[in-house]
Amino acid sequence: MQRRVVFDGKVLPYLLLAPQLLVTTVFFFWPAGQAVYQSFLLQDAFGLRQNFVWFDNFRVILSDPLYRGAAARTLVFTLSVTLLSMAPALLLAVMADKRIRGATAYKTLLIWPYAVAPAVAAVLWLFIFHPSIGVLGQAVRKWGIAWDYKLNGPQAMFLVVLAASWKQVSYNFLFFLAGLQAIQKPVIEAAAIDGAGPARRFWSIIFPLLSPTTFFLLVVNIVYAFFETFGTIHALTQGGPGKATETLIYKVYVDGVINLDLGGSSAQSVILMIIVITLTAVQFRYVERRVHY
Amino acid sequence: MVERTSRAAWLPHAVLLAGVLIFAFPIYTALIGSTHDAGTIGRGDLPLTPGEFGVENYSQAWSQGTGQRVKASPVAQMMANSFVMAVVIAVGKIAVSLISAYAVVFFVFPLRMFFFWMIFITLMLPVEVRIIPTFKVVSDLNLINTFGGLTLPLIASATATLLFRQFFLTIPDELVEAAKIDGAGPLRFFRHILLPLSRTNIAALFVILFLYGWNQYLWPLLITTSSSMDTIVIGITKMIGTGDAQTDWNLIMSTAMLAMLPPVAIILLLQRWFVKGLVETEK
Repeated sequence: MQRRVVFDGKVLPYLLLAPQLLVTTVFFFWPAGQAVYQSFLLQDAFGLRQNFVWFDNFRVILSDPLYRGAAARTLVFTLSVTLLSMAPALLLAVMADKRIRGATAYKTLLIWPYAVAPAVAAVLWLFIFHPSIGVLGQAVRKWGIAWDYKLNGPQAMFLVVLAASWKQVSYNFLFFLAGLQAIQKPVIEAAAIDGAGPARRFWSIIFPLLSPTTFFLLVVNIVYAFFETFGTIHALTQGGPGKATETLIYKVYVDGVINLDLGGSSAQSVILMIIVITLTAVQFRYVERRVHY
Repeated sequence: MVERTSRAAWLPHAVLLAGVLIFAFPIYTALIGSTHDAGTIGRGDLPLTPGEFGVENYSQAWSQGTGQRVKASPVAQMMANSFVMAVVIAVGKIAVSLISAYAVVFFVFPLRMFFFWMIFITLMLPVEVRIIPTFKVVSDLNLINTFGGLTLPLIASATATLLFRQFFLTIPDELVEAAKIDGAGPLRFFRHILLPLSRTNIAALFVILFLYGWNQYLWPLLITTSSSMDTIVIGITKMIGTGDAQTDWNLIMSTAMLAMLPPVAIILLLQRWFVKGLVETEK
């Protein structure tokens, strides 16, 4: 917690802390406070006066079918991205953990998509699944499926999920691999001697031992799908067609930046803040891998 | 690892190879797209092998960024913007976090823990949840369309401070005592002992933060309204527009390839630092 040997200084520590505290106050606490404050205000139709309306903005939002729709979509989107980015990552990590030739080369070739920006990943998949010029888009149409992500909501959702998951697999792969490599090999060998086959060994020994990593990744991927996929959606579908791919974070942007509904958008921001705080708290509470304070 | 049958030998290779190919597939199509002309792609017959328009496409994207149907800033300029943004964010975050972690760990002063928690709690406020009020602060400070506005709000971060704090706590007391006996003050100790010891942590963090800065999307989208300030990631979505079939896909794909080049190169060349940074910032 605290070092035994420290330096003396009355002013110096404050000077050293000043830059970070300044930036934190100006760009974090002040705006976050503003968001909370704004979320209790309602602007009149002419933007002349603001009234303090207590929890009205929240009541309006939470009973708004559009907001509920966005929340349900976010849930579907988040679950799909989490599953689609974690399951293949686990499979690849289990394979890469085996003593095979070229394991390092495989690892290198599997981690680079992490570097690709979400919006660029979206552009790459759009080029592949474009209904009239994309390689796979055309192929799907030839099979007789009316593929057009610009008109069909579920297809748009599928494409957004695909583009968002693709780059996240690398991240999960690295953490699963690290988790697998930390498992003591004699435990697995002992199980093999006792006659457990590969599948049995995986489900009864490896998977339970890996659960801290899995749980940690679960939280990280939920946060990723919630917040960091804005670029993917903005580049690919802009929330469309209709509102088929409008997630909560995208709705904050649309309501605040495009529709200029400050009270409503701030109340949505506050709800998102509560979600992040809950997720972070859960992570600190249950994941031993985290730093202890 | 236990069985030594023939099945156990080929299965991992097959799965891993499939993974590598699926990962590489979007890049391969982008590479092909960037080496053909817009007409071929627009007709929907993209060949399976690279074409001969590569040099033309890349140089047009690099120096003009504008074709018959897409209009954007030259890629060279957008990449310079991205580069400045990523480096300022990475270096700024590291500098700010190093000194604040130093203050919290190596000094005892009133309100120390209060300040520490103040920094720590920012973990829970990602820029996405406070977009509109932060935008207002930045516009009140006249920082719209400046690199200051692009980078300053992203410079304070709890993760880097926590990482350096963890590392500083592992430095043996004997080392600090020896330095004090030899007459080193706090600044001298920081400059000549702590900084050199932190080198690997700084390198690992730089890789992660450079990627973070280069790939920023929502913030530059709000803060930059003039096209001369576009970063490459924003620029490429502007080029796509509504994603019509008849657009300069050859230029868009060349731009996508160029946009991926620096971050992917960093991961591949500095893989060791990248893995270390990733694992430690998330710990």
